[in-house]
Amino acid sequence: MTTGGIRIKAWAATACALLCGVAWANPKPGQLNMPRGVTEWSERPYLLNNVALGVCVVIGVLVFGAMAIAMVRFRKSRGAVAEKWTHNTTLEIVWTTIPVLILVVLAYLATGGLTTFADTTGSQMTVKVTGYQWKWRYDYVEYRGKAIDKVGFMSRLDAQSDETRQLGSGLDPHAVQVDGENTYLLNVDEPLVVPVGVKIRFVITAGDVIHSWWVPDLGWKIDAIPGIVNAAWATIKTPGVYRGQCAELCGQDHGFMPVVVKAVTRSEFEQWLAQRQARAAPAPAATAPAPAKQG
Amino acid sequence: MAHAATHDQHDDHHHGAPKGFFARWVMSTNHKDIGTLYLVLSLIAFFIGGSFAMVIRAELFKPGLQLVQPYFFNEMTTLHALVMIFGAVMPAFVGLGNWMIPLMIGAPDMALPRMNNLSFWLLPFAFVLLLSTLFLPGGGPAGGWTLYPPLSLQGQSLAYSVFAIHLMGISSIMGAINIIATILNLRAPGMDLLKMPVFVWTWLITAFLLIAVMPVLAGAVTMLLTDKYFGTSFFNAAGGGDPVLYQHIFWFFGHPEVYIMILPAFGLISEIIPTFARKPIFGYKAMVFAVASIAFLSFIVWAHHMFAVGLPLGADIFFMYATMLIAVPTGVKVFNWVSTMWGGSMSFETPMLWAVAFVILFTIGGFSGLMLALVPADFQYHDSYFVVAHFHYVLVTGAIFAIIAGVYYWLPKWTGRMYSEFWGKVHFWNSVVWVNVLFFPQHFLGLAGMPRRIPDYNVAFANFNMVSSIGGFLFGASQLIFLGVIVHCVFFSRKQALDRVWEGARGLEWTVPSPAPHHTFEVPPLIHDEDLAHGHAVD
Repeated sequence: MTTGGIRIKAWAATACALLCGVAWANPKPGQLNMPRGVTEWSERPYLLNNVALGVCVVIGVLVFGAMAIAMVRFRKSRGAVAEKWTHNTTLEIVWTTIPVLILVVLAYLATGGLTTFADTTGSQMTVKVTGYQWKWRYDYVEYRGKAIDKVGFMSRLDAQSDETRQLGSGLDPHAVQVDGENTYLLNVDEPLVVPVGVKIRFVITAGDVIHSWWVPDLGWKIDAIPGIVNAAWATIKTPGVYRGQCAELCGQDHGFMPVVVKAVTRSEFEQWLAQRQARAAPAPAATAPAPAKQG
Repeated sequence: MAHAATHDQHDDHHHGAPKGFFARWVMSTNHKDIGTLYLVLSLIAFFIGGSFAMVIRAELFKPGLQLVQPYFFNEMTTLHALVMIFGAVMPAFVGLGNWMIPLMIGAPDMALPRMNNLSFWLLPFAFVLLLSTLFLPGGGPAGGWTLYPPLSLQGQSLAYSVFAIHLMGISSIMGAINIIATILNLRAPGMDLLKMPVFVWTWLITAFLLIAVMPVLAGAVTMLLTDKYFGTSFFNAAGGGDPVLYQHIFWFFGHPEVYIMILPAFGLISEIIPTFARKPIFGYKAMVFAVASIAFLSFIVWAHHMFAVGLPLGADIFFMYATMLIAVPTGVKVFNWVSTMWGGSMSFETPMLWAVAFVILFTIGGFSGLMLALVPADFQYHDSYFVVAHFHYVLVTGAIFAIIAGVYYWLPKWTGRMYSEFWGKVHFWNSVVWVNVLFFPQHFLGLAGMPRRIPDYNVAFANFNMVSSIGGFLFGASQLIFLGVIVHCVFFSRKQALDRVWEGARGLEWTVPSPAPHHTFEVPPLIHDEDLAHGHAVD
């Protein structure tokens, strides 16, 4: 049974990722928690999520535990006689104060994460992201202080996913794979290529309705709104292909406009950028235009 | 005595309900009949909205599109929300309020009976209008229940939705005025404000929220209408407007709105738990004060629905702190319910089971709410299935569980007969198991990166979606048991209910016969503090 085998492998991969604390890219079957992410900032939401979850679990155990004890001990069927008290000032002060203290700690952690997220200064590269119904456009604006001209492209759902996702296509979503990884609805014809180890500033807007640009491994999403330019940043630490989706309802094909970010080393990126710029530059008049070879 | 004086004047009211069906139900000004109408409408809407949810869960049963086109899927998510919020939950609370508030405060009827009739009868027309769009060219609203522009402006049914929302809003405002007027003017002598049942208190506060925010929603959707049909540019960036402005206005309505759907639920639970614990509620005044604080805070937290729109840092911080503060009064309420149970003499009839499940599952929804308040984490949670799980925990296992608890609690008072305790418990255990199978895995889906409002998904999300769908179908099917229990109780049950249906029940509603006669408290009752649920509240 191949599907069974794949499923077991996927569960094993998830378990390994959970145990080893390795950053995993892209959703895994049976994944239970938020990804740790691959950027300098993406650990902030991950840790905050874990701390908040831990706090909630502890409070939950205490409160639901007290309820469970009450439901066992104070049953009429066990002869419990109702007491008359309706008030306990000490207790009420305690259970108002302690939550406030817990909230102060959570607020402190969250404020730190928020302040670092809001600081887009010192970026070495700018990419403009524009949402359209139902595709993304990426324009490279600036890299290490130099303006980039005419490097931009549309990025839309890959043909195989698009064929498979049609109503009544009869095609199996499990068969949509790239390098053994299922990429159904999470693959595009042309991904956004960015370098690792560079603080990238994303400026995000939209051309028609509101969209939201979300790659879980980058640790955030931000809305793409017509008439407004939002800014966010990411410094990706490890090369890889990171997949996400539009996260704001934007019409009938909202579920079919994935985001794919391909993070490569700096030299690979610079090479790629140079090729793209060469392709975009007007051909010299004297020589015959040589078609640029692209990988 | 006042008894003799009022007796003559009210002589012509002493006859029972009108005989003719039309005269009794369509022309009714009786708070009990109008309450019944609201509750029946709510039950119908619950099943219509539920059937939309079944379509959603069926399409999400496995990856790939098998049943419906994406646009129709979006119509289903949009109408599921609108029907459940405006058709099921809100009318259910208005119905419970109509039936019970006069009985609980010793009033003969609502203060404005004719307006009561009008506020009910607007609703069926509003819903026919809204749902008729499904059968019109261009289809129904498909931009989400929040109707965010510019997307909602692309829909062909916008004018229908806006008019339906206006009708519902007028109905809600009139209902709220009626409730405030009734509570402030028609309390029997001796029913001091701080002796009122908590349910009455929560409805009083909710009614003020309704009056404050329904006009804001009306303004927002009217601006959508003029943007689409009259060339204005309130939300059109190309004309100098701002799409985010709509979201601010909408959520200034929307956040109080979600508390409109939970505060009366708090009230219901605060009546039911003391009854079955046979012990007065712990911290009555703290409960009332907590509800008032939550209502106040609801006006200053709206932008926590908009953390991903790119708010300024200061705004993010303000709305995060304000939102986190809500955990304090909400925590007080949960602690007080547990303390009411502690030291009681509990029995677990069906209403109590639902109330206990409410406290646990609503608290779980509160926990995810606290997590969502933390902005950096919300950048991940926002618009994912984690949010879907969160608000279904607070709205289904919160508001709807409380409504069901209230229905079981008062059904014998309404009909004069006992419902089947066995089938009530079958309904409860099925619901409480399957609702968790339905919604708990959605937390995992959201954390793993599945956005909400999508008709199809990557195979990585397949396992939990299938589990969730199975839970959804069985939870939906379990509600048919509820229908059966109600029909049985109203038409077939032979077991007579006592006037004081539950051993530990306190309050004026249990001093009238079961079933409650068509007219009650035509003469204000003499109030003994020990009869009241909260007559001796000192703290």
